[in-house]
Amino acid sequence: MVNNERENIKKKKLEDVRRLWYNFSRNPLSVFGLIMILLIVIIAIFAPLISPYPESARKGVNFSEASLAPSWKYWCGTDVIGRDILSRIFFGFRSSLILGLIIMSISLPIGVVVGLIAGYYRHTWVDTVLTRTTDIFMALPPLIMAMAVCSVLAPGIISATFAISLAWWTIYCRLTYSITTSLKNEFFVLSAEVIGASKLHILFKEILPNCLGPLLTKATLDMGWVILLGSSLSFIGLGAQPPTPDLGSMVAEGSKYLPDQWWMFVFPALFIMIIVLSFNLLGDGIRDALGSSEKG
Amino acid sequence: MIKLQKKILTVKNLKKYFTTQQGVVKAVDGVSFSMNIGDILGLVGESGSGKSTIAYTIMGIYTPTEGEILYKGDSYLNKGKRKISLKFKKEMQIVFQDPGSSLNPSQTIKEILELPLKVHNITKNKRERLKKVKEILEMVQLSQDYLYKYPNMIGGGEKQMISIARALAVNPSFILLDEPTSALDVSIQSKIIRMLMNLKKKLNLSYLFITHDLSLMRNVANYVAIMYLGKICEIAATEEFYNHSFHPYTQMLLSSIPVLSEEEERLKPKKIISQGEIPSPVNIPTGCGFHTRCSKKMDICEQEVPEMIEVGKGHFVCCHLFNQKFINIKT
Amino acid sequence: MPLLEVKNLHVYFKVFEGKLKVLNGVDFYVKTGERVGFMGEMGCGKTTLMKSILKILPMPPAVIPEGEILFKGKDVLKIDKSQLLKLREKEISMIFQDPTAALNPVFTVGTQLYDVIKYANLDKNRKIKKEYIKNLLVKALENVYLPDPERIIQNYPFQLSGGMRQRICIAMSLASSNSLLLADEPDTSLDATIKDQILRLIDELIEKVGNTIILVSHALGTLKNITNRVYVMYAGSIVEVGPTKELFNKPLHPYSQGLIRSVPKLTGYGIGEGIEGNIPNYLSPPVGCRFHPRCKHVMSICKERKPPLFKINIDHKVACFLYQ
Repeated sequence: MVNNERENIKKKKLEDVRRLWYNFSRNPLSVFGLIMILLIVIIAIFAPLISPYPESARKGVNFSEASLAPSWKYWCGTDVIGRDILSRIFFGFRSSLILGLIIMSISLPIGVVVGLIAGYYRHTWVDTVLTRTTDIFMALPPLIMAMAVCSVLAPGIISATFAISLAWWTIYCRLTYSITTSLKNEFFVLSAEVIGASKLHILFKEILPNCLGPLLTKATLDMGWVILLGSSLSFIGLGAQPPTPDLGSMVAEGSKYLPDQWWMFVFPALFIMIIVLSFNLLGDGIRDALGSSEKG
Repeated sequence: MIKLQKKILTVKNLKKYFTTQQGVVKAVDGVSFSMNIGDILGLVGESGSGKSTIAYTIMGIYTPTEGEILYKGDSYLNKGKRKISLKFKKEMQIVFQDPGSSLNPSQTIKEILELPLKVHNITKNKRERLKKVKEILEMVQLSQDYLYKYPNMIGGGEKQMISIARALAVNPSFILLDEPTSALDVSIQSKIIRMLMNLKKKLNLSYLFITHDLSLMRNVANYVAIMYLGKICEIAATEEFYNHSFHPYTQMLLSSIPVLSEEEERLKPKKIISQGEIPSPVNIPTGCGFHTRCSKKMDICEQEVPEMIEVGKGHFVCCHLFNQKFINIKT
Repeated sequence: MPLLEVKNLHVYFKVFEGKLKVLNGVDFYVKTGERVGFMGEMGCGKTTLMKSILKILPMPPAVIPEGEILFKGKDVLKIDKSQLLKLREKEISMIFQDPTAALNPVFTVGTQLYDVIKYANLDKNRKIKKEYIKNLLVKALENVYLPDPERIIQNYPFQLSGGMRQRICIAMSLASSNSLLLADEPDTSLDATIKDQILRLIDELIEKVGNTIILVSHALGTLKNITNRVYVMYAGSIVEVGPTKELFNKPLHPYSQGLIRSVPKLTGYGIGEGIEGNIPNYLSPPVGCRFHPRCKHVMSICKERKPPLFKINIDHKVACFLYQ
């Protein structure tokens, strides 16, 4: 008997997944975004194996091959000290993705928890305190905050991550807050209260599951922006430090050699654009997939 | 000394006011009534009458601005702490009006029904819980197929049956039904009402039934109370209510009921036609709230709020027409 | 020739799981000046049917594989866009169920009514005077007994009550419709006493203007006083049609019988039994008569063929093999 039920659960979950995929795959752009992201992730993970010149990521100084235009040997050309730009870009994906993941891992939990609590206790002092705090953090421009933080701590990926997270969590707080305030007067939440469920249960088991869809969509769309922000920090020298390859720093470096050695600027910039675009397409696809399935 | 409590619910001069941007909304403005164990009280009213506000205040979702509510003689609302103790939550349950939003869309029926069991520690382990959930489903005549479905996979009538099942899970004595079938078709309504009546008999429940459907109450309630703009206009036992109603608003409501047969048409009050709009609860008329639409209005109706007057056994009307003091005053 | 005639209309919706075969060969007609009611519970397809007449169904996912909708002899499904627009401007209009949703919250009542009246009264050159429209506006609101029309024209929908909003919707549809009025559950979202007022208003206005009306509802009481002929719909087909009084007094189809029995009676004779089962899954609806899984009198033929409408007397027909 019990096994029968387990079978049923599995079947239901499979059907749900299938339906989501159907809704997602109806837009070819979303599928394109997904494929691109998967490619980027695979490249980032296997960078040492895939890159044509893995030593370029670290010390591969080779002055004889410096500043070469794109060719069959070096698809994206080389930089001023002879490192293969394409390989550095591949390794640069790592910095970008790690940055994005860590920022999300910090901002999401903090933002969601604060949003849930503030939203549920709306119109009470708890709400006022939390919302004003959120407003304060929200008013700080991420880039300037980052600069301030990095000037105190040593510049590097970790500081950049910390700095951006300080401002970023407020976005998920706002989103969760608005969903929570609209849900907290729904009858199923009232039912849970009348039954006597604890506040913890109501927040995390009743309200939170209904926030996950929009949060996932937002987080995916945001990954692009977070990576862009990280690149901006690297551009002004506050992100990854040399010799660690980083797309933003490469753009900064490359901009010095425009317009003659254009490839040093154009390719890193192009790949930043591709990453951001892919996350946007993926995010749009997720939103459509979840949105359609809500309509039932 | 054991007090034999016949009264399951007593509401004394309940008031609930809300402060909004447009002013003070007197949603409930001095309501008193009581229910005996085994009663089905039908609370009837249109929008702005305050019937849902009373329901939510009784269940502890709102705190009363003034007045008292007693459950089996106990003042359970704990004004100081704002929390109703778990003991009372086990005794009193509610079924809401909108089946669509009564069930959490991200949970399966099994999870939804397990919650009350978990909260009140009704079963000891996972296996027993599952067994009890299946029992509850059987009580509302639903098959076990429903266990792993999500709310968006089942129809409105079935969702409402799940809500009822969830209310029954804790073994309550009192269930507040807030327009449980208003959003459903009449053929499904019949099924659900019959099921509710059977359950009442089997489990010795008491119902406070909130609705706008007077035809339904004729067949379900043993006491009916009409509300208008936060006050009770008339309250009486069902037979008495439908055969000898007095309040002009009651008459207006009864005359607006859409009926099918000639026989029923004859039962409706004649010559009272519904007129006027229901005033906004922010702008309640002075004196008797109904005077703006009343065909029998007297001068006093604009000035003084009427009192509850007993016109028969257990039959109360809140209207100046029946107050001995004013009967001789000409309009 | 009937004003509106629908022949063998089939409509399905394409969804992830397959095809939702909602309308399963609907046949009905409405003569000029008639008041026809459509009785059906939730999910029976009556709103889909109404929306098909005005062609306001979202066209994917809806597909109309078969059938004709003849308005004044012309097939609505085949006319071109400009003719369809004219139809909607001047001939057919609809009152929706929820007046709050039918009115745009960011425009005043006057602005919304203005457009409707303008397009309904444009002459051949598509020109009209502003003053003229303004006069018609006030008149339209007076016709529906709205007090102080000048003030209401300046108001936004949220400042008005549900009953008043529905009166405005009625004014809008009467202003533009010259021939046919479709009312989709116009009283459902209103309070009991206001419901009564609105229905009496519709009754009076139809009487005065002489329009043809199709009134759709799941509440039998609503249909009783206004309509003279009622179609009963179940799961996308017509199961019975007849004069209102006759049908309510002596329903013939098992579904109609079950339905009328379920309505709580003011006499206090108890609650009806309801009807066993649920509406069918439109993805795989029952073969033959779609009501057969719930029918107490089911026979083997019911499971094989869809019953046609059998004539009982001049106006009363039933789609049930019991009456073959």
